[in-house]
Order: sequence, then C-alpha cells, then structure tokens
Amino acid sequence: MEKSLLAPGHRACAGCAMPTTVKLVLDAAGPNTIVVSPTSCLEVTTTPFPESAWCVPWIHSLFENAAAVASGVEVMLKRKCKDTNVVVIGGDGSTFDIGMGSNSGMFERGHKILYVCYDNEAYMNTGVQRSGSTPFCAQTTTTPSGSKSLGNPRPKKDMPAIAMAHKVPYVATASVAYPVDLRRKVKAALRVNGPSYIQVNAPCITGWTFDAGTMIEVARLAVETGLWPLAEWVNGELVGVKKVHRAKPVEEYLKSQGRYRHLFKRPEGADILKQIQAMADANIAKYKLAD
Amino acid sequence: MEIKAGKLVDPCSTQITKTGAWRTFVPVVDHKECIKCNLCEIFCPEGCIHQVSSKDVDALLKYGYKPDQIRSLPKDEILFVPDLNYCKGCSVCAHECPRKAIEMVLEEK
Amino acid sequence: MSQKMSSQAYVNKPARSANMKVVEGSYAVAHAVMCCLPDVISAYPITPQTHIVEHLSQMVADGELDSEFLTVDSEFSALSVLVGASAAGARSYSSTTSQGLALMYEVLYNVSGMRLPIVMNVANRALSAPLNIWNDQQDSIGARDVGWLQIYVEDVQEAADATLQAYRIAEDPAIRTPIMVCMDGFILTHVYEPVELLDKELSREFLPPFQPENILDPSDPKTFGAFADPTTYTEFRYLQFEAQQKALGTIEKVAKEFEETFGRYVGGLVDSYRAEDAEIIIVTMGSVIGTIKDAIDAMRAEGKKVGLVKVRSYRPFPVQALREALKDASVIAVLEKDVAIGGEAGLLTDLKAALYNSSIRTPIIGFTAGLGGRDITIKDIRKIVEKADAARKKIESEFEFLDLRMEIL
Repeated sequence: MEKSLLAPGHRACAGCAMPTTVKLVLDAAGPNTIVVSPTSCLEVTTTPFPESAWCVPWIHSLFENAAAVASGVEVMLKRKCKDTNVVVIGGDGSTFDIGMGSNSGMFERGHKILYVCYDNEAYMNTGVQRSGSTPFCAQTTTTPSGSKSLGNPRPKKDMPAIAMAHKVPYVATASVAYPVDLRRKVKAALRVNGPSYIQVNAPCITGWTFDAGTMIEVARLAVETGLWPLAEWVNGELVGVKKVHRAKPVEEYLKSQGRYRHLFKRPEGADILKQIQAMADANIAKYKLAD
Repeated sequence: MEIKAGKLVDPCSTQITKTGAWRTFVPVVDHKECIKCNLCEIFCPEGCIHQVSSKDVDALLKYGYKPDQIRSLPKDEILFVPDLNYCKGCSVCAHECPRKAIEMVLEEK
Repeated sequence: MSQKMSSQAYVNKPARSANMKVVEGSYAVAHAVMCCLPDVISAYPITPQTHIVEHLSQMVADGELDSEFLTVDSEFSALSVLVGASAAGARSYSSTTSQGLALMYEVLYNVSGMRLPIVMNVANRALSAPLNIWNDQQDSIGARDVGWLQIYVEDVQEAADATLQAYRIAEDPAIRTPIMVCMDGFILTHVYEPVELLDKELSREFLPPFQPENILDPSDPKTFGAFADPTTYTEFRYLQFEAQQKALGTIEKVAKEFEETFGRYVGGLVDSYRAEDAEIIIVTMGSVIGTIKDAIDAMRAEGKKVGLVKVRSYRPFPVQALREALKDASVIAVLEKDVAIGGEAGLLTDLKAALYNSSIRTPIIGFTAGLGGRDITIKDIRKIVEKADAARKKIESEFEFLDLRMEIL
C-alpha cells in the first residue's frame, strides 16, 4: 500500500472501521482527489482545528448538504477541465436521512461524483441514535429494548435501490472486511462518467458494543450470514455478487454484538431471530449467493 | 497556532497528536511467524503499520523500537512494524493476522 | 467619518442616455450578474425572484453568458452547491427570497463562517405563516446576524449597480464576506423601469477575475471547515466582526470607484433627501423611499421641514454615518417593512442602539408598515409625519403598526 492519504493522529475510537474504510477508498482513488464530508464521526475525528488528518483537499460544510457541496466542486472542476476525482465520504445518518434531498439532487443531475457511505447503522457521532439505516430490532439510544420495545421496529432503508431509482450508473455494497473488493469497486466507480454510490458496512465498537479487536470479524460475519450481501449493479443490472457458500446462521453475527443482546435474553427474541434469519435467507435467494 | 480566517487547516497535520498515549495493550510482532501478507497494514485504522527494512534503524527507532529490540530483529528483511507513536492498541491486527504472529501485551509505562 | 452627501448625484437622475432601456427589474439584475461573469449559478424557483434566474438561464442557453447553471433540488442545496463551487475557486451567484432564505439559514452561517464571497440577491418577501408571496423585509432583516453584508436598494438601477459592486466588496481580500443585495420583491423585481444597463467592458475593468488565496486543489491540499473548540471559536467570529467593520470603508470606496468607471454615484452606506435642514427625518430602507420622496416634496411645498435618511448598508450598520446624518433632527421616525415579534423592529432597534451613547437625544418613534405586501401610500407617510410632529412634545407610542386595519380585527 502507498503511504496512507489519511494521516494517523486522528481521534477515531481504537478499532473504528471508518478510518480503515477511508484509507482504502483514498488508496484506490489516489491523491488527485477532493473529498467532501458531512458532519459525522469522520469529520469530527479527522479535523479538530488546527489539525487535519486529510492529505487530500477536503471540505466540510453541514450535516445534510455534502452531495450538494460536492456538486458545486464537480461543476467548477469540470469548468476548469480538471479530471480530479470528487468523492463524498459520509455516514449513514447524513446519507440515509437528513441528506436525502441533497443526494437525490446530485444523483438526478448526473454529476461525476462517487458517494461513499460508511454505514455504521446509526447516528454515532451524537451518541448512537437510530437512523434510517439501523437494522430491524437493533438497539440504539432512541430504540432501546424495554417492556414495550424490542429495539428498532423498522427494516433498514434500501439506499442502493434509491440510488438505482435515480439511474445512478454504478451502485455497489462493500465491506471493510473485504478490502480488495472495496478498492476494486472504488476504482470501477471512479471510471463512471456520472454519479456512483458505494455503501460500506463499517461496524462501530461504541455503538454496536463488541471487543475492538473483532471489528473485522464482525463485518465479515455480516457478509457470511447473508445479512450484508456484497453486490454490484451497473445501470441497474446486478452484475456481480460475492458468493456465500454455506452461509452462517445469523445468530453468530447477532451474538457478536451488544446491540442485539436483548434478543437472546427475552422470550420474544426467538421469534425475532427467526425473522432476521428469514431476511438473510431472502437475500441469499434474491442475490443467488449460494449458487 | 494561527487563526486563519475561514478555518483553513494544513493537510496531514493530525500527526502532531501522538495517539499512542491512548493504548493499554501494545502489539508485539513475532517477525519469524510473519508471512508478510499485508493484512495488518490494510486493516489498521490508524494506518500506522509500516513496511520497514530491518536495516532502517532510524525508522525503527522513530516507530518506538528500543535499540536492544532492534538488535534482536531478523536481519535483512522487510518487517511489518506498528508505529507506537500512534498505535491505539485496538488489536484488530492481532485478531486478523492469519499466523497469529501478533500478540497484545499489557504495556508497562 | 463624514457622510458622503450622495443625494445630489442620485436624486438628480442623469439625463436619459442612449444606453437607457426599459426593462424588467429582474432582467436588469440578471444583466448585472451576467456582467460579473460568474462561474457557477445555482437556481431554485420561488416567487418573486424566479425571473432573475430564468433570465440568467436564457442568457446561458443563448451563449451570452458562459456560466455553469445548476437547477437544484431546494434552496438549501442552491446555496450548498455554491459552498463547494466557491471553495473550488468559482465566482458564485444565486438569488432567493422568504421561505428559500429561511431554508438556507444554516448554510448562511456556514458561508460567512467559511469566508466565501458569495453574492446573493434577496427579492424581499413576507414569511409564512400565514403564507404570503408579497413584499416585505422580514426575511432578510430576520437574517441580519448571520454574518453576511446586507445592502438594501431603492430602485432597479441601484439593484443592478449594487450587484456588481457587491462582488468587488465581497471578494476584497480584507473583507471576504458574502453579501445579500436586498430588493423589494415584485415592487422592484417585476416593475419595468428605464435603466442604464451595465456596460460589459467597463464591468470587466471594474471587477477583476476572482482569485482566492486558497482553493480545493490537490496540488496544494487544504482542509476547509474543521471544527473549532472553545479555545478558538471566538477568534474566528472576531475576525468576521472585524471584516464587517472594515467593510464600512470598503463600501464607500467601491462606490467612488464605481462612479469613476461608470460616471454615476450609486452606493455608499447611507443617503439622504432634503435632510440638511429637516426637523422631522424619516429613516427607512428599500423601495418605499420613492413614495417618501414624493411625499416629502409635497410637504416641503407646504412649508414642513421634512427629510429622509436612507439606510443602504444595513450590515455593517453605519453607526457614525447615521449619527452624522441625524444629529440636527428634532424628531426621528423610523419606518420599516418588518416586525420583531416580542420586540419592536429591526431597523428601529438598531438605530436606537446606534444613537443611545451619542450626544443625540432626539425622540425616536418607529412604525412597521407594508407587511405582507400592503401598499404604503403618501397618506401613510403624512400620517407618520403628523405623529412625528406630535412626538416632539410627547411620545404617545414608541412603536406601532402604522397601517393596522382595526375594522377587521
């Protein structure tokens, strides 16, 4: 690997998936890249004034406008005939929820921008609150387990489908545990003359509650159970998946994290586990992961 | 520190903050077991594992190796070495090493 | 600092030159923007500013203007797009009003904090609720603390000229602060008036290309928008505050340079009309000034010593210029098209604050009128003058709604 374009000394938690993800994205994109980030763990941990971990030009504006800001950068670069990559790297809170408007506009206008969402499945920067990306029955501080609640009652929003509905030419899901796959997908996305969207599973120690050293293992289990299929779509057509022969039962993945602990303690949890297994099975069938 | 209007900040400047002070456990690499697969370097969230020649004493000292440790390193090899100035002791490298060549040791400070 | 007595050059309008054309106010502004050669324009529709961006889009489509024109998904995005563009080195432009300006509120602070010299026309309009598309100035006056410079124009000529001057002021390396050029919606955007359209060559001479010191550029990477903790945040705000104080001088300087280039003085911090020996002075901003000047002429003919002081630069607030202009008045009446619910009104409060520590002890009364587009008539101005006259002896009411329809309450 070339010297990392994300310098050490940033304030991310020990074992955080996000800086690993960013390192890999930047390694694939190269130094001729401008990065735009929304308010997020990423932004806060990498740019405490007067320091910055970014070795490429980087701009942060607000929580919900990264895609719009990136659009402005892209338009000006095009005007100056520069072929610099424009990459948004943001969390799921911004991508799935508050930034939806901005994202929709950017996708729809067809800017040549790669949007990478590092998905830790909640608003982590503000202390682990539920986002549109939080999976079914995961606990967060705003969807805790209690006598009236089994955690987040809603399924995860399908952002890749939303991107494809905008006719985004290249869409992919990736994982921090599969670095070669992630780098390849970033390179493929940057070759597209239009918008692209890559959603990267990025486990969060603080929010999901697991031993920091197992961060990659947790991400791997999400893929190996079928809960996080690694897929690639070009012009809306599925062109590739990572096969999962003999998928592991979802329990292995769910047991590895504290945010699902309640499902193993409460009697109602058994039924939920079945439902989550059904979701994994549905993915395996839909994406033909086992064939 | 100079306040530049508009909050412009110089690149790569977090390097002045030595996050190595955060850790409780320090990774110790068994270089004989190491097969140079690169996975520790790829997965490290700090990006602070480096490929270093065993002859590059300056770099090894900079990364936190003591002189007697350097003397006992394999000669004439490329080594994968954590930069102890920044290593937060997360142990992802130890978990992911396919040869279990990295051990997390309670650090005496 | 002595007030520039610009009223002579301005009140006595230049004789109709061959360059004058009858155009829609929005067109004059769009034409001015075209003369500024912006790199990136973002557009989102909202009445009554939409004509400005529509004209610009036609200019781009016809090849008259070489700009990147983005139709965006909301006003929030409209300004956010300009954040990225400006940081990448683009001279940037957008226009909005009312709900759009309110939606942009977060980005307004972000732009001024990041010291991006964006220029925006605000076609002043009332804020919902209740929904109302007609003119008043609640929108931009409500945003007076966001760190942008604010200029309020009286007529279409001034709207166009102020837009060109705005880029000069905003992009000045000592200022580097975004500017809102505020013009009354419908009244100035949709009116057809004879205007001397800016000359493209002279504009190019007057406004050099935008060359910021730092931009997003891989050959010299910089981080824009880091977070500042309690040990440094105050200093950033102070630098902005200081820049606006410097802008007091820059606004005057640029107006003089504009006069040297274009042969007419349209600018500065304040202006006045028949105020030199006035006993009753009306202070206001915006297009209502046209009506007030007519009313003053009529009342002067009747022997009343009435005059007007126009506040043109609302931010930075021209404290010294106003103290100078108002020092000999016997009573001051402030008229404005906004209201500060729970307080009084923006201009009134700012003016009282500006005069309080001076030696001026003149009674000041305030009026809000024209909210939601209600027409302000010469009768209304006469009413103000009557009340001001009475206030010389005793202030009956410090602040009131001038045009309240009691019969429907």
